[in-house]
Amino acid sequence: MATLQLRDIQKSYGALSVIKGIDLEVADRELVVFVGPSGCGKSTLLRMIAGLEEISGGDLLIDGCRMNEIGPADRGLAMVFQSYALYPHMTVRQNMGFALKLARVPKAEREQKVAEAARILQLEPYLDRKPGQMSGGQRQRVAIGRAIVRNPKIFLFDEPLSNLDAALRGQMRIELARLHEELNATMVYVTHDQIEAMTMADKIVVLQAGRIEQVGTPLQLYHHPANLFVAGFIGSPRMNFIEGQVAGVDATGVAIDLPSGARVGVPVEPGRARVGGTATLGLRPETLRLDADGPLAGTVRLVERLGGLTLIHIDLDRDGPVIVQIEGSDGTLPHQAVRLAIDPTACHLFDEAGTALPHLTRHPLTH
Amino acid sequence: MRTSTTTWILTTLLGWGIALVMFFPIFWMVLTSFKTEGAAIAPQLAFTPTLESYAEVQSRADYLSFAFNSVAVSVGGTVLALAFAIPAAYGMAFHPSTRTRGTLLWMLSTKMLPPVGVLVPIYLLFRTVGLLDTRIGLILIYGLMNLPIVVWMLFTFFKEMPNDILEAGRMDGARAWGEVWYLLLPLTLPGVASTGLLSLILCWNEAFWSLNLTSSAAAPLTTFIASFSSPEGLFFAKLSAASTVAVAPILAFGWLSQRQLVRGLTFGAVK
Repeated sequence: MATLQLRDIQKSYGALSVIKGIDLEVADRELVVFVGPSGCGKSTLLRMIAGLEEISGGDLLIDGCRMNEIGPADRGLAMVFQSYALYPHMTVRQNMGFALKLARVPKAEREQKVAEAARILQLEPYLDRKPGQMSGGQRQRVAIGRAIVRNPKIFLFDEPLSNLDAALRGQMRIELARLHEELNATMVYVTHDQIEAMTMADKIVVLQAGRIEQVGTPLQLYHHPANLFVAGFIGSPRMNFIEGQVAGVDATGVAIDLPSGARVGVPVEPGRARVGGTATLGLRPETLRLDADGPLAGTVRLVERLGGLTLIHIDLDRDGPVIVQIEGSDGTLPHQAVRLAIDPTACHLFDEAGTALPHLTRHPLTH
Repeated sequence: MRTSTTTWILTTLLGWGIALVMFFPIFWMVLTSFKTEGAAIAPQLAFTPTLESYAEVQSRADYLSFAFNSVAVSVGGTVLALAFAIPAAYGMAFHPSTRTRGTLLWMLSTKMLPPVGVLVPIYLLFRTVGLLDTRIGLILIYGLMNLPIVVWMLFTFFKEMPNDILEAGRMDGARAWGEVWYLLLPLTLPGVASTGLLSLILCWNEAFWSLNLTSSAAAPLTTFIASFSSPEGLFFAKLSAASTVAVAPILAFGWLSQRQLVRGLTFGAVK
């Protein structure tokens, strides 16, 4: 049982403010992922929760108790580092048992807990090896084992998979998800990889420049991004943006004129959109279709064929470059002239400030 | 190919030349110690070796008592320096403040002051508290004398250690002492060992303070050597014999630990 609350958490180095007031609730047994570009403060925030960085302002509560001044050793948390940070002079067994040794847990109990963690992580054959004799994936598992053995209130992960190759990363992602289910533990996970965020998180926190941009389930962020930043950050390939002019506002939605003259009526609440103002239309690559009768015209610049998917990079005549994602293998060739069809209900619209205009109907999985 | 052979021969000759020049005084000292006083004055290579000087040295002074003092003050001074330097270097390497750099430079600057500059105050202090001619007194002086160098060396070794590992230890529940004892020291042992070795050698060879602050009870081997350069004149053979027996232990020690020393001093550089 462990909950985590951040109340207006701030961090500054002298005059430089890097975390600018974060409010967040992490429920018991929740897996929360902090995601954001490099330098957004996600690792700093995690290290502040861990107690490795001092908190300049605000309150950090674990299970309702204020922890700001409590040292990392006494917060009851465990952390898995990006570099693994194993103790190179100790065997796997000693690495995993170190915390228990410091806590003066009797040897028999220590051995038993290490054996249990080794079983969960399939590390039994390697218990007497030193970290230097192990592969990256195995070291990562030892680092996780070291965290499990402590039976912490909350697990903290600082980009744990970013040093692994792509295949191993996919495998470890599944193992971590399984582990979360098996251990029933509260976890905070930092990553810059949105696939990790989307696949593992109960709740994603998108950070930028020391502030929270949006908090929500993966599908909420995907279907209902709060602003241009989140819309561009979540989803791969990135959402296409076309700037246009608001042409009409009524109960069925907002209509926007694109530079090419095409008009798109998007079923969103008008919010602050006014006729004549600028707005940005957001189009996910997977919602665009090639259609000879479509309203947008352009020329194919590049085609990426991934087998199961085809990514077509198109320069629209007046509306700028877009990417279209088509299922299966498509025969479109570069330099070919094409037309695109838009599904207005799948479009997103953002006002001048970059804030999303809320959809009139929410996606059924995002309530 | 030819140039490289020539270069090889030249560098070899140069290397040997420098080594011989540096080693020659020691060689000559050992050679002289086996001569009679008469033969010692004339620079000759051919002579009948004799142990006369060694016997004389042994009969005039108790070598073992001086040697014991040397061991005691060297080890004591080194342990004292390490005991203060390890926490200091840990603090400066892993929890630096805005004044860390300044503190480091200030510590080094104390080595720029000639020791004789503080001889009188220290002598008076020692006399007042009764530390003159005591091993404790010398241990204090040696420990403090080497402290800046020991802190600097440990600081650079500690800097090589990834901070992540200590942070992992902190997350595992280690306090500062736990971090130092279980993680930092085992992982920087080569560096700590070579720092200790260097400190031992510096203490062993130190002459200024031992000559001025000790006379008999706590006198180490440097005082023993000096006692053979008497006002009645220099007796080269006896002086050489005394020097040889005084430096022999530390030379042997240095020889045995050279691998450790080199490893420690190049630690990090050849990682």
